[in-house]
Amino acid sequence: MEDFVYFFTFQDPSITWVVLGITLLGIGSAYVGTFSFLDKKALLGDAISHAVLPGICLGFILAGEKNPVYIVTGAFLSGALATFLSSWLKKNTKLSEDTIIATILSVFFGIGIVMLTALQKSGNPEIAGLNSFIFGNAIGISETDLMIYGGLSLTIIIVLTLFLKEFRLMVFDPGYGKAIGFPMEAIRFLFNVLMILAVVIGIQAIGVVLMAALLITPGAAARFWTDRLNPLLILAASFSIISGILGTYISFVIPQMPTGPWVVVFLSLIALLSFMFSPKSGIIFRYFSRKKYLRKTHKDHLMKALYKAREENKEGLTIEEIYELYPYQKVQIDQSIKDLLQEGFITKNQTLVNLTSQGTSDAMRIVRLHRLWELYLNESMNIAPDHVHESAEQMEHLLTPELEAMLEKRLNFPTLDPHQETIPRENHDL
Amino acid sequence: MTFDSNAFLIIFTGALIAISCGFLGVFMMLRKMSMTGDAISHAVLPGIVIGFFVSGSQRSLEVIMGAGLLGILATLMIEGLRKKAKVQLDASIGITFTLLFAIGIILINLFAYKVDLDQECVLYGEIAYLPIDLWITKSGLTMGPRITWLAGLNFLFVSGFIYLLFKELILTSFDESFSSVIGINAKGINLALMSMVSYTTVSSFESVGAILVVALLVVPPATAFLWTKSLIPLLKLTSVLGILIAILGYYLAYWLDSSIAGMMVTVAGVFFFVSALIKGKRPSWLQGTYKAAKPFGI
Repeated sequence: MEDFVYFFTFQDPSITWVVLGITLLGIGSAYVGTFSFLDKKALLGDAISHAVLPGICLGFILAGEKNPVYIVTGAFLSGALATFLSSWLKKNTKLSEDTIIATILSVFFGIGIVMLTALQKSGNPEIAGLNSFIFGNAIGISETDLMIYGGLSLTIIIVLTLFLKEFRLMVFDPGYGKAIGFPMEAIRFLFNVLMILAVVIGIQAIGVVLMAALLITPGAAARFWTDRLNPLLILAASFSIISGILGTYISFVIPQMPTGPWVVVFLSLIALLSFMFSPKSGIIFRYFSRKKYLRKTHKDHLMKALYKAREENKEGLTIEEIYELYPYQKVQIDQSIKDLLQEGFITKNQTLVNLTSQGTSDAMRIVRLHRLWELYLNESMNIAPDHVHESAEQMEHLLTPELEAMLEKRLNFPTLDPHQETIPRENHDL
Repeated sequence: MTFDSNAFLIIFTGALIAISCGFLGVFMMLRKMSMTGDAISHAVLPGIVIGFFVSGSQRSLEVIMGAGLLGILATLMIEGLRKKAKVQLDASIGITFTLLFAIGIILINLFAYKVDLDQECVLYGEIAYLPIDLWITKSGLTMGPRITWLAGLNFLFVSGFIYLLFKELILTSFDESFSSVIGINAKGINLALMSMVSYTTVSSFESVGAILVVALLVVPPATAFLWTKSLIPLLKLTSVLGILIAILGYYLAYWLDSSIAGMMVTVAGVFFFVSALIKGKRPSWLQGTYKAAKPFGI
């Protein structure tokens, strides 16, 4: 608890610096990552983050120490080379995109490992700091490092905000962008530069292997809460900030813990919670809405069967007859009967089930929709009468009153469907 | 050059691993699942750590089982995120492997004082120590390097797996719907392939490291694919490449005093890029002056 208060009151200026750094970095990578996620190129970020390792080693060899300028430049150049190679391979070979990305990623990483091992065997005492690039250590960042990384993050954020419209075009409709005169290639190039920059500065805190999470996960999680771009970006950035600060806190409290993995765990936790509980597209919500829909279709089918029985001048159906109509659906039929009894649409006399007057008008609506759709498919889409039933079977649950009115108008209030059955509107149609 | 038995053992083991990975990698590539292989190789880490923690040794059955389970879990999680939560494929791969890998690193740091498991060893492996690490039976008989036996066993399993399920693997790779129609359990075959990939990852992580296994899974098949389109030559070329990579990787690493596994990947990368340069489309200025007649050309 003491640690908690000490950390979150920011008494220690170095903690303030680190938190500020990780916040800027989180916003930058979440912004860039969300765009690349929407562009369905999320894994390119993974490839770039593995690919910067040789550049980091080269920068270290040239500088002879852990000089952030050399390292950032080296990392940037090798990231750029990887991006260029992957687009070249995509254009010039028949390999699929995932193979290309996996190849680039592993080859660059392998070269990086060769250089790293060679460096380790050279016995330079500064080498210990280089290992933190693999797993990341935000606490170990010095103030000068932070100035550079924070400044670069700020640049990324500003550029992305300034060119928001252009990047939006690039992600959603590059063809249209080109047609109205935007230089789409230059925009994509600028975006790639920003993405490589985001990876390069993120690696210090998160590490080579896990950098992909900082790019992909915030956008993917935020996507479950909104369909609009601006709220999406803001949400993604805040997810990233929250997990960044929590991860830094953990590695502050437990010193041997690297920051990166904890940031990723918190981020993934937020993402998994979003996938489960999001009110629009979460797993739980969709499970229940699907259940509700299935229940409705079963009810609709039962009412339809009862209506057809009335058309044949029968006094309702027995439960056994209903079971025979829809084989293997005993449980669902029992449930539907229970539901409909409660809603007052049917009556049950011993075993005989019949529609009430309220139920009749509702059943009539379903049958009407079914037959209207059959007629529409037959007349307007030129589909043979024996092929229209399946589609109508689905559409009868979905057609809204507005659509119904449009269908009626378009078909000029017909009386018969393609199978010469009455399209019921009034009670005397029975 | 005199015959160096240690060098031979290292190259032999490296080639065995490269060939087993390459065989599986060919099918992964044909299914456009190379990145899933990458994800699995990252995701087995927590399984390795837990197995290690439970049994207290790197060479136990628990480690292999833990890693195998985690590999399958990763496959299921990717599928689950994609199908149940409707996350797009690349993002579900990215989320799954980063989460599992992060958990693995955290576990290593948590147990660091209890078990002698070095994260660098898991990540990069060190095939150079192979000749020292001998398998000695209870009666004191020295059977040769343990890792070579592991790699050999793995090679047998992988080739057996591919030999027995060859028809099913081809069918499910090229036409999943047709294979389902004629009664092949495409999902089951897929899971079996993924478990083979995770098993291969585990049995090679000590020698080449969890991450560099990916390179051996992806790069030789991709290189071979640039040269041929039919499956049998693809498999043959992949295994030839595996052997070449092992030999060149060993001697280059010896010469530069660096990581053998890393050097094997570098050599594989060189082969790949040279092939891409040769077989890729030529830039327009190399193609000469011939131009296809344009429709409605002026």
